[in-house]
Amino acid sequence: MKFGVVVFPGSNCDADCFYTAEKVLREEVEYIWHQNNHLPAVDALIIPGGFSYGDYLRCGAVARFSNIMPEIVKFAENGRLVLGICNGFQILTEAKLLPGALLRNDSLKFICADVYLKVENNNSPFTNAYQPGEIIKMPVAHGEGNYFCDPETLAGLKNEGRILFTYCGPEGESAAEYNPNGSLANIAGIVNKQGNVLGMMPHPERCAETILGGTDGLTLFNSICGWLRKADSK
Amino acid sequence: MKELTYKEMGLTDEEYEKIIIHLRRKPNYLELGMFAVMWSEHCCYKNSRHLLKNFPTKGAHVIQGPGENAGVVDIGDKQALVFKIESHNHPSAIEPYQGAATGVGGIVRDIFTMGARPVALLNSLRFGPIEDAKVKSLFSGVVSGIAGYGNCLGIPTVGGEVYFGDSYKGNPLVNAMCVGLVNHDDIALAVAGEAGRPIMIVGSKTGRDGIHGATFASEELTQASQQKRPAVQVGDPFMEKLLIEACLELIKEDLVIGMQDLGAAGLTSSIAETVSKSGYGVEVDVQMVPRRETKMSAYEVMLSESQERMLIVPRLAKEKRVSEIFAKWGLDANVIGKVTGDGMFRVLSGDQVEGEIPVRALTDDSPVYIRQGVEPEYYNKNKNFKTDALPYFDNTEALCNLLASPNIASKAWIYEQYDHQVMANTVIEPGNGDAAVLRIKDTDKGVAFTTDGNGRLVYLDPFQGGKAVVCEAARNLACAGAKPLALTNCLNFGNPEKPNVYWQMEMAIKGMAEAAEYLEIPVVSGNVSLYNESGGQAVYPTPVVGMAGLLEDIKHRCDMGFKQAGDLIIHFGPWCAELGGSEYLSVCYGLEKGAVPPVHLAQEKKLIDFLLRLHKENLLNSCHDISEGGLAVALAEAAIVSGFGFLVSLDFTGVPLNKLLFAEGGGRAFATCGQAQWEKVMNFAADFAMETHVVGTVTGNRLVFKKQEREIINLTLEEAGKQWKESIPCHMR
Repeated sequence: MKFGVVVFPGSNCDADCFYTAEKVLREEVEYIWHQNNHLPAVDALIIPGGFSYGDYLRCGAVARFSNIMPEIVKFAENGRLVLGICNGFQILTEAKLLPGALLRNDSLKFICADVYLKVENNNSPFTNAYQPGEIIKMPVAHGEGNYFCDPETLAGLKNEGRILFTYCGPEGESAAEYNPNGSLANIAGIVNKQGNVLGMMPHPERCAETILGGTDGLTLFNSICGWLRKADSK
Repeated sequence: MKELTYKEMGLTDEEYEKIIIHLRRKPNYLELGMFAVMWSEHCCYKNSRHLLKNFPTKGAHVIQGPGENAGVVDIGDKQALVFKIESHNHPSAIEPYQGAATGVGGIVRDIFTMGARPVALLNSLRFGPIEDAKVKSLFSGVVSGIAGYGNCLGIPTVGGEVYFGDSYKGNPLVNAMCVGLVNHDDIALAVAGEAGRPIMIVGSKTGRDGIHGATFASEELTQASQQKRPAVQVGDPFMEKLLIEACLELIKEDLVIGMQDLGAAGLTSSIAETVSKSGYGVEVDVQMVPRRETKMSAYEVMLSESQERMLIVPRLAKEKRVSEIFAKWGLDANVIGKVTGDGMFRVLSGDQVEGEIPVRALTDDSPVYIRQGVEPEYYNKNKNFKTDALPYFDNTEALCNLLASPNIASKAWIYEQYDHQVMANTVIEPGNGDAAVLRIKDTDKGVAFTTDGNGRLVYLDPFQGGKAVVCEAARNLACAGAKPLALTNCLNFGNPEKPNVYWQMEMAIKGMAEAAEYLEIPVVSGNVSLYNESGGQAVYPTPVVGMAGLLEDIKHRCDMGFKQAGDLIIHFGPWCAELGGSEYLSVCYGLEKGAVPPVHLAQEKKLIDFLLRLHKENLLNSCHDISEGGLAVALAEAAIVSGFGFLVSLDFTGVPLNKLLFAEGGGRAFATCGQAQWEKVMNFAADFAMETHVVGTVTGNRLVFKKQEREIINLTLEEAGKQWKESIPCHMR
């Protein structure tokens, strides 16, 4: 099994994702430079956090026009797994692989803190190793993670079970005080219609080892590996 | 642009005469500007160099001491830490966001210039009273600036300290520290190689921003300082990120002889410093320097402090590969001149010679001032103030007030704006321990960092205060499980030409040096920031220490939160009977007076060794040093962050209750351990002859202090937590 980690010049969680794949999951992994116009043979793509091209404009707005982007779109359209974390999520919405947009946090401040998430749907390549409705803890670190979309899109996301993670309290309670950025419907992570592209603001790669204070993020990567293995053996 | 006189550039009559002697003629305008910035306090330390000689700089772990862009310390496995702290006080006073942001940018460049991958940022901040509207906007702007720059670079901001006090109202202090990790073989120094080597510039184009920034940093802030906003640079963290990655690739492929960042005094300083060390000269053509503005004079190009620029001296025949790597990162590298053999700094504009100065005159031969300090009147007056006759103050109220004091209250409002986790190494995060602890991937090791300063103590007693600051930093590392290796410092003082300020500086440096020497923690890098005054009033003398420590095994780390009910709470070290300079006196009585608790270096050293021994055996469940707010605040913090309460009995005679609770004297810490570990801890305490008091247990959800079975303080975790957590957010709402 092989992961690809896309690297934009301003990516800064690329090495963390690479490390998780290589040293924690013990899987193959390769960096993919933003100027490339082909993808190597990988089973899943990670678009990591960071500031793609500085993001002085809207986050991810320039990344959408990078050389590698059409390849990522093709990869996604073929049903292959794409995981966008933080800036990766922003890029996926800019590239229209996911609906909606990430606005500035309602506090107007960057926030780096552990938050609680509720696994709203564990029937997905990304969440199958979680329990239904499981409450997990994961860090966020972003200035623009305030998810927004129009009412029809939101209804679609809800009805089709495409909201995988929502922000919540330690007991799963949903309240504004547990929402770190003002995100619509407490949305922390969503998938596309086909379910093979996940965008999420929290950082699973930052909680994939006990030494970092938790392994709730490892479960997400284990879900991906399990799903790919199963797909492989079919 | 109106031409400045040499006085307006910050030079004195004597200095101007000296320049004429060096040149054997009058300088032209360009040359005058180059001298002015190079001879500013910021660049040449003319008022402090003599005093800095007091610091111990050698040690078994030291690979590179002061004199380079940053210090380098061995941590085994052919790895080393590279670190330095630097001030950006005046720019931040005028333009808080950009001032703080470019402060981070500058210190990060110092680290990767040495070939190291920056892995951690810390800071140390001082502002006026948080209630003041202007202070709020400065504070908020500085924090956003640090966040905006550091977060974009993907370097975690893992630690720091923030204090509020009247003396900083017109002149905040913004000190930033960066730590890098490097393999021994990759350490790069700022040297020029041999004559004939081309010199390249890479990164941002040169503009008119920041001209005379170094001079501006070396004078007092006045009403007119607002007009110097053009002397504050604007940061571009994305450009810096590209430079980091590209420069580290150059190092990895061994393509450069020398690398130097462009900081204060821009091209003038970076070129002079690079060639002066090897005794060479240099020729630079300002027409070759890429600019972002038209019609810039040679003077403007040479003095610009535009950010995110690097100077590169490539290895022979490697220019092409250097350019290729820069191109990969979308950067232009341009040859702007060459190293020469004649020892002259020659500025050309095409064929025209615009200026010519012996390099040594700008660097090694810059002026040195040895001044005579005078003990200020306040010193003895404050020292003799007796704290025994204070009126009664309710202890519960005192604890609540202290927890809500912005100097003690939770700093989550600040550090949650910093990405403190990126790189996935942070194992003790801000707010959870006395020091930030990072793992080093692919090894068992960990490293720990802290920044510490205490302007109030240093003001009241510069010598004891100077010692105390070094000791506190070392104690913080030891509490977290790390052996202190070396330190960097940022010496923030007022105008050194005032004899009282010079005395403060002299005594503080002597105190710091004595502690560093005794604890065997050498000084490997640092920065001096003088003229921190506004309206003629100096800030409290505020030397800040940044210290790095090593954990041979990351498993030996220890944070400050309680872990389980039933654990014993043990106080290590002798009780302190002195309230002078404490936060308690300040918060409850409005007094910043009294004799500073004397520092006992032998006790400090013993405590550090003792704690490290216990951590090595993994005997402690939590550990926290006793500093601002004393034992009561330290215990309350350990309780609030963990959600466990405690019951503590202070049945000790001979020391008044308020001193048991709130005195801040060092050489002390408290820890918790399981009942089963108790005997082992006591055995080690006996071995080390460490004074030890079991004061209570972790229990319930209340903070309870008793004396002779009488309750003196009884607060719920919720009440205490509210005071501590909501104070700063409330002020900033």
